[in-house]
Amino acid sequence: MAAVRCVDLCKTYRQGDQDIKALDHVSIEIAEGGFVCLSAPSGGGKTTLLNAIGGLDIPDSGEVWIAGRRIDQMSKGELADLRLSSIGFVFQAYNLIPVLTAQENIEFVMQIQGVPAAERRTKSLAILEEVGLAGLEGRRPAEMSGGQQQRVAVARAIVSRPALVLADEPTANLDSRTSDELMTLFTELNEHHNTTFVIATHDQRVMGYAKRLIRMLDGRIVDDIDQHAA
Amino acid sequence: MRTTPVLTRLAWRYLWRNHRRTIIMLSAIVIGVWAMIFMTALTRGMVDQMIKDGISVLPGHVQAHNPLFLDDPSVSNRISIGDAELSRMFDPLSFKAWASRVKVPAVITSERESRGVTLLGIDPAAERAFSFVTYDDVEGRFLESAEDNAVVIGRKLANTLDTRIGKRVVLMSQDPDNEIADRGFRVAGLFEASMPAFEEMYVFVGKKTAQKMLRIGDATTEIVFVGDDYRDVEPTYDRVRETLDGDLKVSRWYEIDTYLGTMLKVMDGFVLIWVIVIFLALSFGLVNTLVMAVFERIREIGLMLALGMKPASILGQIIIESMMLLAVGLAIGDLLAWATIQPLKEGIDISAVAEGMEMMGASSVLYPKLYLYDMLLANVVVLILGFLASLSPAWRASRYEPVEAITKVG
Repeated sequence: MAAVRCVDLCKTYRQGDQDIKALDHVSIEIAEGGFVCLSAPSGGGKTTLLNAIGGLDIPDSGEVWIAGRRIDQMSKGELADLRLSSIGFVFQAYNLIPVLTAQENIEFVMQIQGVPAAERRTKSLAILEEVGLAGLEGRRPAEMSGGQQQRVAVARAIVSRPALVLADEPTANLDSRTSDELMTLFTELNEHHNTTFVIATHDQRVMGYAKRLIRMLDGRIVDDIDQHAA
Repeated sequence: MRTTPVLTRLAWRYLWRNHRRTIIMLSAIVIGVWAMIFMTALTRGMVDQMIKDGISVLPGHVQAHNPLFLDDPSVSNRISIGDAELSRMFDPLSFKAWASRVKVPAVITSERESRGVTLLGIDPAAERAFSFVTYDDVEGRFLESAEDNAVVIGRKLANTLDTRIGKRVVLMSQDPDNEIADRGFRVAGLFEASMPAFEEMYVFVGKKTAQKMLRIGDATTEIVFVGDDYRDVEPTYDRVRETLDGDLKVSRWYEIDTYLGTMLKVMDGFVLIWVIVIFLALSFGLVNTLVMAVFERIREIGLMLALGMKPASILGQIIIESMMLLAVGLAIGDLLAWATIQPLKEGIDISAVAEGMEMMGASSVLYPKLYLYDMLLANVVVLILGFLASLSPAWRASRYEPVEAITKVG
């Protein structure tokens, strides 16, 4: 069963007097355990596609299937449940809840999931160490650098081991060393836990980690490369 | 339910994120709650005093009469049960106080003037506990027994009659055969009352002396019962009715004095309206605070929705935040009101405006009354209306689309 299947997705935004086609008959299928990078210039449609896959945005037409369930017709509540149980998100910015500490941000999703407090604490401290932020668990986002905040966001996205992780420019605020560490972590999760990753990025080095690279332009897929085969 | 702890934590932290705004809103709530409770306590105190004064003058908490007496208050419509029998019936029931009295219309005449009054033939020992006259403060002396042959009148009446202690006056009424019944009395004392009208209306003589003058043997016209609380009169009423077994008409104080009864009902309505009016003024600030609090964190709301928080939880979070703000405001407001009222319990002298107050039947010293019921009413009304006022901003927050909210430029 495909982890993600999009069939003939279309999405048009109105900007002033102009209609912008963010998705123009896009169809893709990503297998379980896939590691896919979406690459496109700004406005190319990669974030819109990522949002449609995550159930954050409803396409004008077409179908979105996640793990065999069609999600584009789900209610808000059902979509929230799906995101909570199966999808980890890393956004480009405004990723953390400012009134919570790093550890509380990481525990946030687990707390909504109903994970017991002791287990949450153990997992959150372990993941903080894994992303190189041991000792910063009590800091609030305003007391951390952009890179540190992004790593907390990544930690939150992967801590409950979701089947699918959607990341929008996850390395945008990170230095090259931290970016490499993060991508290595993603790769390990992908290989050891069969977690599916779909990453929207401009970063050539991030694209280098992907098993599959999908290039988009003006809302259409223009290239779909299996990098392992290459 | 599993999200309640995280919602509570988020609500509390967001509440203090913009602490200046929260403190300003909190101050408004505290002052509003204080005003609700303090003003209610003052008004309650005033009405309580009016009712207690009124009850102490005549009605007690419950009265029993001949069924015809209230329409025709003459000795023809008297209670034929003698004192000994009444004692046998009511002494074991351990009321706070009870007394039988002779109360009839009469005319009092000095050598200069005459006035219509209400003659009260009382046993001073039985009525000491609840009389509106403080016996020890009477100029001259109060009655010493039911057989006392003297009369005690109000200071104002003495001025009107141009009489004084030691002088003689004549009291005249009718006996059961509608013959004139009169007798001369020496003025033994002048009483003062919280309401000047009482000083002109009532004259006190010994009960047995009155019975002899009116030629009614040991009959009386009124039995008065005082229970524990005038607001909870039913237990006293029920016991009296059961004991008298339908022989006499039994009335509650607010049936005897409908003005006082209406006053109490009006007061209950006034308290509720007062609390609601103050809250309505507060609600504008509350809604504005919540709208601003939601507006400045639209992106964070979008993030929470994106991470899997349900819209209902966002709604809950905003409402919890509002309830927390109100709860803190209520707690401080309650404490402040209590702390303000406690030192004033000995009474506030309002003699500067006493003339007007006396016309309303209130005394010139105001004793604020803080009732738990009024405090609870203010708290419950504020929480319920606060909940309703929070629904609109909370609902709007829960309706955001995650993507639109996350990309919102603040």
